[in-house]
Amino acid sequence: MSGADGREASAALTPAIEVRGLKKSFDGVEAVRGVSFEVAAGEVFGFLGPNGAGKTTTINMLCTLVKPTGGSALVAGHDVVTERDDVRRQIGLVFQEQTLDGYLSAEQNLRLHAELYGVQSALIPARMQQVMEMVGLWERRSSPVKTFSGGMRRRLEIARGLMHSPRVLFLDEPTLGLDPQTRSSIWRYIVELQQREATTIFMTTHYMDEAEFCDRIAIIDRGEIVALDTPTALKAGVGADRVRIQTEDDEAAIAALAGRFGLEGRVAEGAVLFFVPSGEEFVPRLFAELGVPIRSVSVSRPTLDDVFMSYTGTTIRDAEESFSTQTNRIVAQMMGGRR
Amino acid sequence: MSVSDRTIAPEAAAEVIPVRVPPRTLRSELRAIKIVWLRELIRFANDRLRIATTLVQPLLFLFVLGSGLQSLTGASTEGVDLKTFIYPGVLCLSVMFTAMFSAASIVWDREFGFLREMMVAPVRRSSIVIGKCLGGATVASLQGVILICLAGLVHVPYEPALILGIFALQLLLAFSITAFGIMVAARITQVQSFMGVMQMIVMPMFFISGALFPVTGLPAWLTVLNRLDPLTYAVDPMRRLVFSHLDISTATREALAPGVTWWGWHVPALLEAGMVLVLGLVMLGIAIWEFTLSE
Repeated sequence: MSGADGREASAALTPAIEVRGLKKSFDGVEAVRGVSFEVAAGEVFGFLGPNGAGKTTTINMLCTLVKPTGGSALVAGHDVVTERDDVRRQIGLVFQEQTLDGYLSAEQNLRLHAELYGVQSALIPARMQQVMEMVGLWERRSSPVKTFSGGMRRRLEIARGLMHSPRVLFLDEPTLGLDPQTRSSIWRYIVELQQREATTIFMTTHYMDEAEFCDRIAIIDRGEIVALDTPTALKAGVGADRVRIQTEDDEAAIAALAGRFGLEGRVAEGAVLFFVPSGEEFVPRLFAELGVPIRSVSVSRPTLDDVFMSYTGTTIRDAEESFSTQTNRIVAQMMGGRR
Repeated sequence: MSVSDRTIAPEAAAEVIPVRVPPRTLRSELRAIKIVWLRELIRFANDRLRIATTLVQPLLFLFVLGSGLQSLTGASTEGVDLKTFIYPGVLCLSVMFTAMFSAASIVWDREFGFLREMMVAPVRRSSIVIGKCLGGATVASLQGVILICLAGLVHVPYEPALILGIFALQLLLAFSITAFGIMVAARITQVQSFMGVMQMIVMPMFFISGALFPVTGLPAWLTVLNRLDPLTYAVDPMRRLVFSHLDISTATREALAPGVTWWGWHVPALLEAGMVLVLGLVMLGIAIWEFTLSE
């Protein structure tokens, strides 16, 4: 017994995920171009990037659903290629698309999962109650899943992913397509379960505000990790605060910013926006030297949006648009080729 | 809420129920097969409309076609009710349709994402496919039971040996057709195309099988097609079984249920049933192989 405990204890010390030069290409197109990172046990690790950056491909390789074309990955100490089964026993998955059986009740869905994963029968009822209470669905356990809203289904899928107490829970865009209120409630559940179960969480998102919930974030763009750190450190790395001013004459203010301070300002949402290191200390100088009447000032720390922009030179939204134009072109070529 | 400085509340951590996923064993595989099988039954039981709709077509064949054509064929059926004659064939048809729908559920599962949940579980793909196949076969033969209950209405006696035999044969047929459907479903991923392909294959198989006519004295081309049709070897033993329990003359039996012959040799009913079983197992094997390769 002590031997098994010892193994468990040492397992807690090894990284939950170790990735070395992981690559995947589909028909010559490189979706993931050699990414490397480590996720510590108990960490909430976020993969942030626009659609088409290679997030889902990476998650699929880590979940043993897609075979890498290069590099290696260990999940819970097991190789994703040679020890597929061992990896699968240790991980929980919540996919981007819904994978519940709508004709079964919530309870039946969870029981089916527990049986497939070989959870000890005696523990199933108590564990089921626990995970369903955790996501606030215990009262609805007998209802068919097809009567559930999108947010409820997502919560149930998270509960199901936890049914077998995985060491690593993978969440692929857990809040995609949900309204802001439901998104924040899903996040409350994720943070709470991470505290209670001490599960390592690996998640992908392209919502900047959600990435703030992570302990560490990897920013991925065109199949490569361009930055990896805590949200605070990433934001500090931008080295500038965001300052918004409302003035009597925006044109003159932008010209004055450039002329007197060498700062690049632009009009956004009816105000002038610019970035400057130590924003609070800059405000008195701004009032004294700008020469254009200022009606209001707000200074804020950079957001992850700003971080993404500083590393990739583009906003997430723009990156997605260029990706979809690219996709459209490829589709058009394929259609043309078939003719 | 600050995320970076959160701590694990000891009382909360203590109440977590420690679940471990054991390495897979034969027992865990059997458990997976059982739960996949059970899911098919639960879904069928919840879907009363499906039970009703798949029953309508065989009833139409049996009572409308059977009664309608009776006036034309009175002489050539040697006094036997046409409904009695086509009963074994219609039973097969009913089982085939239900089995086809059961197999389609794997395509639905793929479309609604549930297949993925099963595919990533730490069990063999073969367990999932076998569970699906057995589930589909069970559901299809439950439907067949309804028709077995109606046997008396078409003058087929309720004799235990006969009922058991019919049940066993239709279970076998249900299994093979489901295996066939799952094999097709491994390749065809859209429900509409799947149903189209199945109809295209199953309907000719049904008409050629001799479900609606005796298999002797046919034109040569039809005889060849008939002997090549796997369904012939499910319908024929069924009809021979039913006719052996009817109170009719040997001549009538010879005319209406002559049995399949190969170059004049009478193929024994057990061999016919064995062929259906082997074919079913082979198709199940191919289905498992295809699903193991995918993804």
